[in-house]
Amino acid sequence: MDLQSTTHGTTNIVSVNAERIDASVAIQFKDAMRALTEEGPDHVVLDLGLVKFIDSSGLGAIVAAMKQMGKDRTLDLAALTPDVDKVFRLTRMDSVFAIHGDVDGAKTRAAG
Amino acid sequence: MTHARFSHQFTMSSLASNEEVRILLRRLRERLQEFGVTEPTCASAETVLAEALNNITEHAYADQQGGPIEVNTEIGMGKIRFTLCDRGMPIPGARLPRGKPQDTQVPLDELPEGGFGWLLIRDLTSSVTYDRDEDGNRLTLTLPNVSAA
Repeated sequence: MDLQSTTHGTTNIVSVNAERIDASVAIQFKDAMRALTEEGPDHVVLDLGLVKFIDSSGLGAIVAAMKQMGKDRTLDLAALTPDVDKVFRLTRMDSVFAIHGDVDGAKTRAAG
Repeated sequence: MTHARFSHQFTMSSLASNEEVRILLRRLRERLQEFGVTEPTCASAETVLAEALNNITEHAYADQQGGPIEVNTEIGMGKIRFTLCDRGMPIPGARLPRGKPQDTQVPLDELPEGGFGWLLIRDLTSSVTYDRDEDGNRLTLTLPNVSAA
């Protein structure tokens, strides 16, 4: 699972360099997120701009990634493509995450 | 003509594993696009089929890799129907889950990490039927076929 972490000020932006987060990569995704968020800023933004498809296993893995970060740290989402956004809305998980239109918006909020 | 409402039909075979399901979904979407099925319908179909095929892999075949899966697709005016056949274990009680929305207003450590699959299937389909016979399971998923604007 190709994830890339870059720190912008007080924000750790994790970009998913894959078109799918599905059952075949859900466990790798969760493990990679743990490795990339264990240290560094408490505010993490997951950039989903390249992800075109997510299934319920992938959705569960994103929730698990947030849970394993604990209460004192936050995981926001950014740049959801239409089909991914729809899955979050239909499952009501859009109410669980702060969702930003793009990565820059997520950075601005973090700085303010 | 027994299926006059459907103008095209084709069948694809796959094997129960997460990787094979991913390949099947890509091939299916390509075929749907060749038949002129619109993007919204393709997207809904891929979500519904991903959830149903993951269930077959994880539950019917209980993560034993390589069991046969067959998907028959029928494309018609206004609707598209997928019939999924496998030789795995039956759905317990032969009863399809209703797919209740999860409670998201809960503490962080109680947030659901699963149980979204049937919610998505129920939301995106117009009908779901399930039959079990000596050959195995047959799940029929019908979706609205949204025409081009």
